[in-house]
Amino acid sequence: MKILAKWLALVVLLCTTPAKAALDIVITEGVDAARPIAVMPFVWQGAGAPPQAIADVVMSDLVRSGTFKPLDELGFPQRNIGALAQFQANAWASVGAEALVLGSVKPYGTDQFLVSFDLIDLVKAQNQALKGPVSATEFLMDSRQTVISAAQFRQYGHRISDIVYEKLTGIRGAFLTRVSYVVVNHTQKAPYQLMIADYDGYNEQMLLRSPEPLMSPTWSPDGRRLAYVSFENKKAEIFVQDLYTQVRTKVSSFPGINGAPAFSPDGKSLAVTLSKDGQPEIYVIDIATKAIKRITNHYAIDTEPSWFPDGKSLLFTSERGGKPQLYRVDLNSGKVTRETFEGEWNLGGSITPDGRSMIFVNRTNGKFNIARMDLNTRFMQVLTSTRLDESPSVAPNGTMVIYGTTYQGKQVLAAVSTDGRFKARLPAGQGEVKSPSWSPFL
Amino acid sequence: MDLNKLLKAMLVALPIMAISACSSTSESETDAMGSTSGSGSELNGGVQTGGVGAMLSPEEQQRQQLEELRREHIIYFDFDRSEVQTEFAAVLEAHGTYLVEHPSVRVLIEGHADERGTPEYNIALGERRAKAVAKYLQGMGVQPSQMSIVSYGEEKPLDFSRTDEGFGKNRRAVLVY
Repeated sequence: MKILAKWLALVVLLCTTPAKAALDIVITEGVDAARPIAVMPFVWQGAGAPPQAIADVVMSDLVRSGTFKPLDELGFPQRNIGALAQFQANAWASVGAEALVLGSVKPYGTDQFLVSFDLIDLVKAQNQALKGPVSATEFLMDSRQTVISAAQFRQYGHRISDIVYEKLTGIRGAFLTRVSYVVVNHTQKAPYQLMIADYDGYNEQMLLRSPEPLMSPTWSPDGRRLAYVSFENKKAEIFVQDLYTQVRTKVSSFPGINGAPAFSPDGKSLAVTLSKDGQPEIYVIDIATKAIKRITNHYAIDTEPSWFPDGKSLLFTSERGGKPQLYRVDLNSGKVTRETFEGEWNLGGSITPDGRSMIFVNRTNGKFNIARMDLNTRFMQVLTSTRLDESPSVAPNGTMVIYGTTYQGKQVLAAVSTDGRFKARLPAGQGEVKSPSWSPFL
Repeated sequence: MDLNKLLKAMLVALPIMAISACSSTSESETDAMGSTSGSGSELNGGVQTGGVGAMLSPEEQQRQQLEELRREHIIYFDFDRSEVQTEFAAVLEAHGTYLVEHPSVRVLIEGHADERGTPEYNIALGERRAKAVAKYLQGMGVQPSQMSIVSYGEEKPLDFSRTDEGFGKNRRAVLVY
């Protein structure tokens, strides 16, 4: 999936030149609600060709957050400025944007660059310009400089996006994160691939390739390990793989189902589904000792465990009521309570990082879509209108959900904001793309 | 796929084949027809021999019939269901009879689901389908030790169309020897 890379380029195109958006794109809903922001291309202060355009990374991050809409640079009253000192508040008086990001890049020794950036509060600048001259620092929201290597441009771009996003929204940015997913390409001998990429699809790496299915990748809370299911031995087994050392540990290989792993918030245990004792039930496995503890006990299907942020209870899917619905089990008392009642089915649930709501797959009138329910008000909202939606995974800042869906007969990934206002499709390259899992903050 | 029709066709066809052919297994049927039966074969000296197929005992006839049925190794299921439908009883009986007669033969029962619902739920559903088939065979006297089960859920669809018809083909249990 270069796909996401393409996506990024296309998103930028879409904003600046809507006429070119007739490609595989992507943002299917929600740009109108976004907040205008000005991002100036960073000024290159070296000789020769400028290095990778860092402002492009920032712009596409902001677009993809669903919260911001970068303006076309051609309409800026000042161009090619790289620091607050060159900023003239009067000139920007009529620009309808709440903030301006500008910066510069200059060579700083072999393969090193000094990157500086300023975040300017345009609204404040515009108001103060009317009152006469004031110190420019009055409307400076943030200013930083860092030395990076050539390989770190994208990463630092995401870092800038994180800072801008947090300053303007009060919510931590999730641009320095990764996504894991499974690609299935049946034209190849080993069709199943476990992949990992930056959240925007760049720097895609293959972690494992297999002739047999790979399922359910999920991140450890420290972002260093992935747990997943592999059928490489013609049966379902759960592995934990260290992303840096590539060391794989087989954690669970009981008869029957070994599935749906989910790391506990402390990273020491996995909640899993095992059917070794008959029906699929929820267990917790201590990764170090392999000791297992049975959590549920019912003749119906129990699966898809997911931890509440406090680690004291699990959300899971059970069809004990006749059809799949979401239930909560307290790990100490074993007490089970039903969480969902609306809709024909509700399954594949997880709790948002703030602990306030639940994201899951809802089936209504035979259609499978991603939904959110507020845990206090019990209000349920269907977020998506795509087809055969499954495997929702919430960004670590709780603002966005990545999920698997079907588009034009193919499995692809898509994203929706947790308020349902921003929707985007991530077009696939070769094969089917499924089972996305969003990393924690890295 | 209409097994009742297939069954009836076999009942009519078998005695006819028994007269015209001499083969005892359906797989070698075409060889037998082509080389030795029918119009006979020419030998040196211009003489020609003729012959008839061996008479099949009722047991042999039944065996042929079961072998034919055993070529069918996929059982289909309704949406979100795992009960074995009566239309697949004949196929499963053929497999069951064979497994009972050959206690050393082992079979892998794969359970599959269509692409609706979540992958994890579908793994559970696929296992339940495979188990339903295993239970059926066990009811016929097949030893549990002869059978193993794996659920692939929605991970190995037969049909990628994601239409109702395609979903129907993917909701299945497959007997693999």
